[in-house]
Amino acid sequence: MAVDRVQTRGPNTSPREETSAQERETWVLLSGNEAIARGAWEAGVVFASGYPGTPSTEILETFARFPGIYAEWAPNEKVALDAAIGAAYAGRRALATMKHVGLNVAADAFFYASMTGLEAGLVIAVADDPGMHSSQNEQDTRNYAKFARVPCLDPADSQDARDMVMVGLDLSERFDTPVIVRSTTRISHGFSRVRVGMREERPPRVRRFPRNPAKYVMVPANARKRHPVVEERIRRIAEYAETFPLNRVEMRDESLGIITSGIAYQYAREIFPHASILKLGMVWPLPRDLIADFSRRVKRLIVLEELDPFIEEHVHMMGIPVEGKSIFPQIGEFNPHVVREAAINAGLIPETARPPRVSLPDLPELPGRPPVLCPGCPHRGVFWAIKKLHLPVNGDIGCYTLGVVPPLNTIHTTGCMGAGIGVAHGAAKAGSPEKHVAVIGDSTFFHTGIPALINVAYNRSPVIVVIMDNRVTAMTGDQPNPGTGVTLMGEKTQEVDIEALVRAIGIKHVTTVDAYDEKKVEQVLKEYKRLDEPAVLIARHPCALLPEERKKYVPLKVNPDLCDGCGVCLQTGCPALVRSKAIHIPSGRQKVEIDPLLCTGCELCAQVCPQHAITFRAQVLNE
Amino acid sequence: MSENLNSTEVTMSALNDKTDMNFLVVGVGGQGVLLASNVLAEAGLILNLDVKKSEVHGMSQRGGSVNSHVRWGPEVFSPLIGQGEVDVLVSLERLETLRYLNMLHPDSIIVADPHPIYPITVTAGKMVYPEDGAVRSWVAQVVRRVYWVPGTRLAEELGNARAANMVLIGALSALLDVPDDVWHQAMKRRVPARFLDLNFRAFEVGKSYVTQKETR
Repeated sequence: MAVDRVQTRGPNTSPREETSAQERETWVLLSGNEAIARGAWEAGVVFASGYPGTPSTEILETFARFPGIYAEWAPNEKVALDAAIGAAYAGRRALATMKHVGLNVAADAFFYASMTGLEAGLVIAVADDPGMHSSQNEQDTRNYAKFARVPCLDPADSQDARDMVMVGLDLSERFDTPVIVRSTTRISHGFSRVRVGMREERPPRVRRFPRNPAKYVMVPANARKRHPVVEERIRRIAEYAETFPLNRVEMRDESLGIITSGIAYQYAREIFPHASILKLGMVWPLPRDLIADFSRRVKRLIVLEELDPFIEEHVHMMGIPVEGKSIFPQIGEFNPHVVREAAINAGLIPETARPPRVSLPDLPELPGRPPVLCPGCPHRGVFWAIKKLHLPVNGDIGCYTLGVVPPLNTIHTTGCMGAGIGVAHGAAKAGSPEKHVAVIGDSTFFHTGIPALINVAYNRSPVIVVIMDNRVTAMTGDQPNPGTGVTLMGEKTQEVDIEALVRAIGIKHVTTVDAYDEKKVEQVLKEYKRLDEPAVLIARHPCALLPEERKKYVPLKVNPDLCDGCGVCLQTGCPALVRSKAIHIPSGRQKVEIDPLLCTGCELCAQVCPQHAITFRAQVLNE
Repeated sequence: MSENLNSTEVTMSALNDKTDMNFLVVGVGGQGVLLASNVLAEAGLILNLDVKKSEVHGMSQRGGSVNSHVRWGPEVFSPLIGQGEVDVLVSLERLETLRYLNMLHPDSIIVADPHPIYPITVTAGKMVYPEDGAVRSWVAQVVRRVYWVPGTRLAEELGNARAANMVLIGALSALLDVPDDVWHQAMKRRVPARFLDLNFRAFEVGKSYVTQKETR
C-alpha cells in the first residue's frame, strides 16, 4: 500500500522520483524534516511512530510515503515511543518523532529505554521551537539528553539532518542506547540541498524477541545492575566523541574561536566569516579534549548557541574562560540580525559590519493579522454558546485554543496537552464557586484527555466537558487520529466511538450534537449548567478544511434591506464577515456583507443575526 | 563545494551583477506564498547555485501574515535573511508590503501586488487599513525601484485569482537575467500538473506587464 502512495505524492522525496532527479542533478532540495525521514528510510528503518506537533509533523508524513516501511500516528508521544522501543527490542531499526514538549509526555519511556538499551537502532527525532512559533514554551531538548545519559545530535542543515539520523542509528547499535536527533524550527522548516542515496535493507538483528529479563525487566534488582552500565556507556561515548567525524574544527583567524552547533553554526559563519569554529555535531556527551584543545588555539573563546547555555556551562565547568549568554540572548530565536547586533554590542565585530538600512517614513501602527479560527470552523459556534454561560473555561491545546482571542475571549486557562479537564476538576473539587467548563479537541482527548475524564467520572466532579470533535488533528494540518477511521498509511480502520467510551467510564450525561447547530449546543449546555454531576457534550462537525467539506461550501448572503449594521454577527469573529460601504440610514451604521471567497455557509452568523438578515443555505440554493 | 558552483555565471542585471540574491516573499495565508518561494528556490537549484529557504508552518499560518526567505549564492549559510539584506521583496498583499520594509536596503527592489486582504483587526473596526495611494507614497520614500503589479486582478482575468503568486514571479523574472527555461523547469517541479498551464500563462502575463512598463 505504501508503494501505491509513493506514486502520487511528494516532490523530491519519494524513491520513484529520485531516480529521475539523479539523472537531472546531484542535489535535491529538502526540508530538515524531509531529510530526517529520508535518512531514516535510507538507513533501513522499518518502523516509525509519532504524534503530530509543529515543527516536527512532516517527518512522519514524509516517511510514511516511502516503500517497505510501516508508519503510524500514535494517540500520544509516550505510546509512540513505547512502540518504537518495542520495534527496536525486536531487532528492527525504529524512529519516533515528536515536538519538544512531546518528549515531556514520552519522558517515562525515554528514561527506561536509556536503562535497557535495545537490540536495533532507535532514533528519537525531537523538534524544538525557539521563538515559540507554535508552542507553549521554548524548552531545550539537549537537557533531556544529559538527564537520561543519551547522546544527542544537533544538525545544522538538511544534509546534516539526513546524515545524523543515519549516523545516529549506527551509534545506537554500537553503544546500545537510544539516540536523540534534535532539530529546531529553522532546521525542520528550512530547505537546503541534500545529496541522497538509496535504501540499505537490513535483516532483523535478532531472530526472535529477546528473553533477557536482566536487561529488559527493570525491577529494582535489575535496574541497580543496569545503572552502572549506563554511566559507563555515556563515558565511552564521550571518549568516542573526541574523534566523532561530525565534530569538526575549522581553523581560520585565531583571534576569535566559536563553539557552536545546529542552526547557530550557520549564523556563526554568516556573521563571523573569519573566526575559527568548533562545530559540534554531537552536543551530548561533549568532547572535553577537543574543546580544551580548541580553546588553547584561539585568543578569545565564545559559545554561540540558541536557548540554554548548555555547551557554555560545561565549558565553564572544565575551567576554561568562555563567554556566551553574556553576549547572546537566552530567550527567543536567533537570526542574523540578533546575532550581529549582539556581536557589535560586545565589540566582537565593528559597527561597520551593520548592513546599510533604509530609513523608514513615519508609518501608522500597522493592523496585525493574529491567527483566527477559519471561516466555517465548527468550533466558533460552540464558543459562542459557551460564552453565554459566563463560566470559567479551562482550555487545551489545538485550533480551539484560538477561542482565547477577541472577539470570542472564551478560554481562561491553557497549559499543555490534556490539561484542561484536570484543571477544571481540581478547581471544582477545591471549592471554586462557579461551575467549570473544560474544552478539549478530539485528538487531545485521545492524547491525554481520557485519564483526566476518568478522574472526573470516578471522583465525581460536576464539571462540564465539551469535546470539540472535528474528526482530525487539525492544528498541525488535518492528520488522521483514532476518531477519523483512516490510518496514516491510508488504510480504513475502526474509529473510536467517543460517546460509548465516555459512557463506559461512568458518565451518565452524554450528548452528541452537530457543532453547527448553535441553538442545540446552547440548549444542552444550559441543561448541564443546572446539573450537579459530570456531564459531557460532544460537539461534532468535521474540520471545514477537509476536502470533503470544501465540496459542500455554499457562500451565504446578507440582505441589505434587512441589515441594520448592529454588528452582532461580527462578534463571532468570522473573517468572511466585513462592513460594507452601504449605510443603514436611521442608525448611521455601516451594514455588513459576506466575502463569497471566504464564506463556507456554516450558518452561525445567520443563526445569531437579530434581524434575520442573513440567508441560510437552503435559501441560497433555492434562489 | 563552492568552487564548481562559482563556474555558473548568473548575472543579476537588476542588481549590478551580484552573485548572491536574497528574496523575501510575503503575503497572507492561502495566497500561495510558499508555492512562489518553492519555485524561486528550485530556480536557484537549477542554476546550480547553493539555495536555502526558510518559513514557519503551524499556528502562525492560520489567516496570518506569511513570509518565506529564499537565498541564492555560491555558498549560503543562514536560511534567514537579516534586516537590511533583502535584495528583492515580493509581496502578494498591500499591507504586508509595509510590514517588511525594515528588511530592505536602499538598493532593494520591490515587486508588489496592491491587492488588499482585510485582517480581522480591521473588520472588527479596531484598526484602519492603509489606502493604496498612501502605501505607494510611503514605499516610494524607502526604495527607488518599485514595481506595482496587479497580480490578483491579472490572475482573475486568466480565470483564477490564486495564480497571482505566479504573476508576481513572472514580473520578477523580467528583472533577473535568468532564462525562461529555468523558470519553466522550476514550475514543472513544484506546481501540480493540472495547474501548470494556468501558472505558465500567469508567469507570462506578469513578465510582459513589467517588460512593457520598462520599455515605455
